[in-house]
Amino acid sequence: MAYVTRLASLDDYQKGGVEVIDDDPKNYAFSNIFEVASHARPFEQIAVGKNFEYVLEAVRVEGTSGWRACSHDQSALVMDGEVEFTLRTLGDGPSLPDSGSVGVPDEATQTLMGRVVARRGHLTLLPAGRAYRYASTSPAVLLIQTAEGVDTQFRWAEICQTA
Amino acid sequence: MTASDTHTPTSVQEPNEFGYRGYTLGEFQFSRDEYFAYVTWPTGRHVMSVDAFLRAMQRDVAWEFFYGIVNFDGVLGTMNHYGTVDLFAGRYNDAFRKAELDHVETIDTATIRDVFAAMLADWTNASFDPFASPEETGSAFGPKKGENIAAITRHRVTAERMVSLPGDEPLRDDGNGHPVNRMFADVSQDEPEIYAEPGFENEVGSFSLFAYLSRSPVTWNPSVVSVCRDSLYCPTTEEYILPIIHGNDRAEWFVQLSDEIIWDVEDRDTGRKRAKVIMKAGDVAAMPSDIRHQGYSPKRSMLLVWENASLAIPELISSGKFPTQPVEF
Repeated sequence: MAYVTRLASLDDYQKGGVEVIDDDPKNYAFSNIFEVASHARPFEQIAVGKNFEYVLEAVRVEGTSGWRACSHDQSALVMDGEVEFTLRTLGDGPSLPDSGSVGVPDEATQTLMGRVVARRGHLTLLPAGRAYRYASTSPAVLLIQTAEGVDTQFRWAEICQTA
Repeated sequence: MTASDTHTPTSVQEPNEFGYRGYTLGEFQFSRDEYFAYVTWPTGRHVMSVDAFLRAMQRDVAWEFFYGIVNFDGVLGTMNHYGTVDLFAGRYNDAFRKAELDHVETIDTATIRDVFAAMLADWTNASFDPFASPEETGSAFGPKKGENIAAITRHRVTAERMVSLPGDEPLRDDGNGHPVNRMFADVSQDEPEIYAEPGFENEVGSFSLFAYLSRSPVTWNPSVVSVCRDSLYCPTTEEYILPIIHGNDRAEWFVQLSDEIIWDVEDRDTGRKRAKVIMKAGDVAAMPSDIRHQGYSPKRSMLLVWENASLAIPELISSGKFPTQPVEF
């Protein structure tokens, strides 16, 4: 028997849901990454998961982002499309907050560390204390494993099942 | 009744007529025959199909009792206190509680781990792999026929930073015994293009998580593939039924990466039905810290389990300092 693995994308996703028996669906903060990304502007970091200080951010990638950096490791999982990550060392200038990523100016970035071209299902390290940016020529979607930062957006009432 | 002597007496009996040893752990006694596992305690007794019992015990042993409660079924299970473990019967079952037939013993982790590991090794026949899907393993039943130590002592992936980085957990391929699973034959095996400048090979890293998961030989076994302080990505491949009912001591999050899983959600302490959560590719959902859940995956699927491993969380939640649901809106 030939099995078909059902993946999803911005253009082709089906959403499940919470079927309540005796509960409030808001307890499950149920959302869909592709639905969130389809309504997002490029590079908005929209939380789709939160566990104390840690978050999962859905990001629509379209064009080239600004440079960002973070004091702790992050990871980026490509959920749809192709994304090129560029990594550079970071100068002494910007001080990074303890939690989450921040934008850094171009002039704060220094030596090229490398590039990664990643497609759907590829997980890429965004190393602590380094500058990174990501780019895509057509709409792509990332899921970022990180901690809450100044640019993390919370839109639970907008993205989650409420009834 | 609750016993909290952390110097729990244990003993092992001679093999019975079917070739299996019996085990005593405090006032709990365990035995098996050709089809069933039997558990007795001072106020009651319980019986489970031995294949279901071994699948649950395999997870408990491999996960070092995991986060919170590992219910073998609606009666028997363990609760992790990270240093000690409660072994219970009926503790999280409304009927047993009301009838005062429940029983709990708090046992040093090393003690219960050693007894469970010995029982799992003795009761698992050569033909049975408790981590495999039912279609990919032989029978757990019948009189004792050999053992399957390799299957029950598999290496559990726990990346320090991220799978594939130099010195960290390696990728899976045919050569290291990880062929693509029959249900993931159509999953792309392409890897990302990595162009690391000299000297930065340890930090410019990427791998195909989907290809990695397509080569997992086990089911319902979360493994750490990337780390952000206490934030752990623990993806796993799922087929058939989660062999335990996981009772949370903290919220955990699920990201469905492929296919579909149906979750039955019950009240953690009573077993009262609360909801069904149907997850399809791209869906994200939290499991609050006051529920227990069991998943059903009709086809092998990829699930990203996201955990916060902080040891401070259970006390923050049980003391009421933090709500049981991870976000409020």
